[in-house]
Amino acid sequence: MTAEQHTRRVVITGISGRLGRLLALDLHREHAVVGIDRRPFEGAPSDVTLHQLDIRSRRCEDVFRHGKVDAVVHLNIMHDPRRSAEEHHTFNVIGTQQVMEYCVRHKIPKLVVLSTANVYGPHPRSQMYLTEDAPLMASETDPQVRDLVTTDMLTCGFFWRHPEIETVVLRPVHILGTVRNAPSNYLRLPRIPKLLGFDPMIQVMHEHDVVRALRLVLAPGVRGVFNVAGPPAVPLSVLLAETGRPVLEIPHPIFESLMRSLYALRVWSFPPPEIGFLKYACLADDSRIRFELDYEPRVDLRAILQDFRTTR
Amino acid sequence: MSDWPPPSPNLLDPLRALASNAARKAADVRDAVLATMRDPDLQRRLELLSHQSLNDFGFDPFGYSPAYVRELLPYMAVLYRNYFRARVHGIDHVPPQGRVMLVANHSGQLPFDGAMIGLSLLLDREPPRMTRAMVEKWVPTIPFASVFMARCGQVVGTPDNCRALLRQEEAILVFPEGAAGISKTFDHRYQLQSFGMGFMRLALETRTPIVPVAVIGAEEQAPSLYNWQAMARLLGTPAVPITPTFPWLGPLGLLPLPVRYHLHFGEPLSFQGDHDDDDLAIGKHVKVVKTALRGLIERGLSQRTGIFV
Repeated sequence: MTAEQHTRRVVITGISGRLGRLLALDLHREHAVVGIDRRPFEGAPSDVTLHQLDIRSRRCEDVFRHGKVDAVVHLNIMHDPRRSAEEHHTFNVIGTQQVMEYCVRHKIPKLVVLSTANVYGPHPRSQMYLTEDAPLMASETDPQVRDLVTTDMLTCGFFWRHPEIETVVLRPVHILGTVRNAPSNYLRLPRIPKLLGFDPMIQVMHEHDVVRALRLVLAPGVRGVFNVAGPPAVPLSVLLAETGRPVLEIPHPIFESLMRSLYALRVWSFPPPEIGFLKYACLADDSRIRFELDYEPRVDLRAILQDFRTTR
Repeated sequence: MSDWPPPSPNLLDPLRALASNAARKAADVRDAVLATMRDPDLQRRLELLSHQSLNDFGFDPFGYSPAYVRELLPYMAVLYRNYFRARVHGIDHVPPQGRVMLVANHSGQLPFDGAMIGLSLLLDREPPRMTRAMVEKWVPTIPFASVFMARCGQVVGTPDNCRALLRQEEAILVFPEGAAGISKTFDHRYQLQSFGMGFMRLALETRTPIVPVAVIGAEEQAPSLYNWQAMARLLGTPAVPITPTFPWLGPLGLLPLPVRYHLHFGEPLSFQGDHDDDDLAIGKHVKVVKTALRGLIERGLSQRTGIFV
């Protein structure tokens, strides 16, 4: 590490989430890490400063105003289908806009926003591997993902409007590990429902590889949109077999209504609008980050699922 | 009612004969499959196929599974050799390796023509080659068929998918007529419908030779008398053909007639030019392919002595 990098001050929003904690633990020895989250961060390293604030609160600006900030990693994006649409919208879209405003006002040279490859959406007509310039069509089928698409698009717009700020949008495929998100909730179901007669290719990646990718794009000089993926795609059935859990094959006509009622009864926590991901492929082409930044995933599928099984 | 005629044994006899005939046929198919499974030549051919870009679980990035094809091939070989009794002509025009685009006429309501071309390259070419067909965009929406097609190496026909496979030096099968070709009615048999331009742009861009393939026989496997388009719109399918057997016999009516397939492979055509040129310039190249394919079809039809023989 060069001396220049050593003095970098990195603000991580959403630091108390599982991915935020991993990133903080990875960065805090080299960089001065400052966190913003409304949740507490138990067991935080002593050199990490946490501001327990809601991202929408005006007091957040003080974090950016005082002390020279060199980079912001914006992980503070919620995707919890049980929360209301309003909460979703203000937290994700307004929250991201606020962060962008602070970056401009306080001349912060770097902004990294964690999006998701799900913004491309599962679509039977699209090409198999979607590159960074593919249209974001997820909101067509899934209103819950619409905020994520909006956030992603806002950040891409910000990238063009503010060339003085190095803006990076990172779009990882389904993340597994200790994180709690839609794919891991799905794979943690006691009996995993699957659409009978459909078996799309699916990509998953380990949270450690996401942290590795975040670290790569955090380097000075890196800007733009990057897809990031883990080991090669496999059919969904292979992934399910590797989890070792019983699989429930349900015919398509009754699948959606069944999922809806089980979701409403809180028996299953898989959001019904995301059924498309069980039907069609939504695969990211990660060649850009591989060629430009020498990214290489290190955790293979068996290790990902092994790790996933042992953490609850 | 003593004079009520009892059911004549003569009336049931044809049915019995039909049933025993069907049983015999089923036994024949079973024997053929068993024989094909043990066929050392088939095993040798499977081993000759080169498999690059497979992951730890045996799938390529598009979901093709050589293990699945291995399981399925004995059955498909019976379909190819015993049911359609396919004959190939000039199959050595397909280069043994390197990227190539097979351009064929599309017909027969169900895409057995694609399967037969793929099987011909696996079973009748020395050394065998795997074909990757570009399929309709609605295929992924059909349960079971979507999985079957993907595992057999078929890919949704978008330009990016095709380009990726050509970069891997694969043999691509394209039907430039698309749905208009496969679902045309019987009165238009062996008449080429209008060709898309996409395949030619890709061939120019990737400098891929084109081998025209004329499929003779598929037109008669399911003669469509009428395309019920209103029903097709309702079902979301490209066509709903009314044939002598479908929909009258239900799913059984989908079974193609046991026509004999003839596959005529033409000489490879190479094109040079700007792939981004306007449709007029691209259309000239497309016309060359179309003319070559029409010539092959005409030759194939004149050489054919009968539909089923």
